[in-house]
Amino acid sequence: MKAEHSITRSSFVENAILTIAALLIVGTLILLPLLVILHAAFQEGFKVWLASVTDPDALSAIWLTLGVTAIVVPLNTLFGIATAWTIAKFRFKGRTLLLSLVDLPFAVSPVIAGLIFVLIFGRQGWFGEELIERGIKIIFGFPGIVLATLFVTFPFVARELIPLMTEQGSEEEQAALSLGATGWQTFFKITLPNIKWGLLYGIILCNARAMGEFGAVSVVSGHIRGETTTLPLHVEVLYNEYHFTAAFACASLMAGLALVTLVIKTIVEMRSNEQF
Amino acid sequence: MDFHFKEKSILPGFGLSLGVTVFSLSLIVLLPLSALLLRSSQAGVSGFIETLSQPRVLAAFKVTFSSALQAALINVVLGIVVAWFLVRGRFPLKRLVDALVDLPFAMPTAVSGIALTALFAPNAPLGGFLAQHGFPVAFTPRGITLAMIFVGLPFVIRNVQPALADLSRDLEEAANSLGATRFQTLTRVVLPLLLPSILSGFTLAFSRALGEYGSVVFIAGNLPFKTEIVSLLIITKLESFDVTGATVLAVSLLTLSFVSLFLINLLQARTAKYFGN
Repeated sequence: MKAEHSITRSSFVENAILTIAALLIVGTLILLPLLVILHAAFQEGFKVWLASVTDPDALSAIWLTLGVTAIVVPLNTLFGIATAWTIAKFRFKGRTLLLSLVDLPFAVSPVIAGLIFVLIFGRQGWFGEELIERGIKIIFGFPGIVLATLFVTFPFVARELIPLMTEQGSEEEQAALSLGATGWQTFFKITLPNIKWGLLYGIILCNARAMGEFGAVSVVSGHIRGETTTLPLHVEVLYNEYHFTAAFACASLMAGLALVTLVIKTIVEMRSNEQF
Repeated sequence: MDFHFKEKSILPGFGLSLGVTVFSLSLIVLLPLSALLLRSSQAGVSGFIETLSQPRVLAAFKVTFSSALQAALINVVLGIVVAWFLVRGRFPLKRLVDALVDLPFAMPTAVSGIALTALFAPNAPLGGFLAQHGFPVAFTPRGITLAMIFVGLPFVIRNVQPALADLSRDLEEAANSLGATRFQTLTRVVLPLLLPSILSGFTLAFSRALGEYGSVVFIAGNLPFKTEIVSLLIITKLESFDVTGATVLAVSLLTLSFVSLFLINLLQARTAKYFGN
C-alpha cells in the first residue's frame, strides 16, 4: 500500500463490487420488469399493439380513466395547496394532528379505501336503499371510482408542498403584503412562482396514481365492460382472459406514463438544485 | 381566531385555507374511514371472533404478515447497497439509475404485477431457470414476497440516501485514524448513524407491503391457505356479500398496520435517544 488515497475513498475493486451489486438489484427488480412490458407489448408488431390500444373496450377504458383524472387531479391540487398553505405558513393548535391526518390515506390499504365507500354507498351500505330507490348509482359507477381515487390520491400534492413551503418560510410574502399587495396578489405573484416545480411534481405524482390506481377502484367499479373498467382494470380483464399481448399493450401505455413521470421528476430536481 | 388558537401572523387566508383543508379532509378521508369503524362496531366482539377464527383468515394474515416482514428486511439490505452506490459509488450512468429507483412509485400496481409475473413465471426464461434449480417464485409465497420487495424498495433507498449524503466523513476518518478497519468503521460508526433512517424506510416498506394488492395478486396464485393475502380475502368476502366479514378483516389489517407502525416508531425514538440525536 504505497499511495494511500483519502481514507474514506473506496478502492477501485470496492467500487466495482458496489456498482455491480447495485446494478444487479436495480436491473433485475426494476429495469427488467419494465423491459418485459415493452417486449411483450410489441412482440407481435406495432400493428397488433395499435389494434390492442384502439380496440373499443380499450378506448372506453382510456376515456374513463382520463375523465376520472380530469376531476380528481384539479380537486386534489386545490385541496393540497390549501392544506400546505395552512400547515406550512401558520402555527396553530392541532397542526401536527392535521399533518398526520393528511397522510392517513397512505397508511390505508387500497382495497380498504374502496371498501369504505361500499360501506357508505353500496347496496348494504348506509345510503344503499335510498340510492337504489332514487336510481342513483355510485358504487359500480363513475362517482364511486372518482370518490375512491380522490381518497387514495389526497395526500400527494400536500406532501410535496409542505416541506418546500416550510423551508421557504414566509418572509417574501410578508414583504409583499407590507408593500401593499393583497392576499391573492401575494399568493399568485410570490408564493406560486416559488413553489411551481414542487407543485408540478406533486400534480404529476397525483396524476400517475389517479390513472394507475387499481385496488381501490377494483372494489368500487364492478368491472362492467365498456362502462366502469378503467385502464388498469382493463389490463386485468385482458390478462385474466389470456389476451397477454393486448394486456401488455395497454400496460405499456401506463408504463410510458410512469417513465414520463420519472423524467419530469428528474427535471424538477435539477431545476430546484439550480435555484440554490 | 383570538383565543390563542393560532400564533399571530400577518399572512392572510388562514381561515379560508383551514376551512378548505378541514372540509375536504373530512369529506374525502375522515367520514368514509369512520364508516368503517362504525360498521365494524356493529359486528361486535362475537363478529370479530367468528371471522378471525376462521382457518382461512388466519392463514391469510400469516402469509401477509410474514411476507411483508421478509420483504421489508430484504429491502433494508438491498436498499442500503443501492443507496450506498447512489451516494458514494462512481459510475457514469448513476443519474439514470437514480431516476429508475422511483419507478415502483410511478408504475401502476397492476402493471408491475403482470410484469413481475411474466418475468418469474415457470414458463419464462428467468422464472424457469429459478424453478429448475429448486427455487420457484411465481405462484408461491416467494412470489408475494418478491412483489412486496418491488413496491417497498424505493422507500428504504429514498430514506437512507439523504442521511448517507449528510453523513460527515470526519467521523469515518477519525475512526480510521484511531485504528478501526473499514469493516469496523462501517458496522460501528456508519450503520448506527444511519439506523433511524433505515428504520423509517423499513417501516414504510413494511406498511406498504401489508396493504399491497395490485402487484401481488397476479404473481401470488391466490390459493386459499397458501398464497392468499388479506386484501384479496377482503374482496372475496365482499363479493360473496359478507360485508361484516370484509369490514372485520379491514379493521384488523388496519390495526395490525398501525400497531406495527407505532412499535417501530417507539423503537426509532429509543435508538435516536441512545445515539443522542
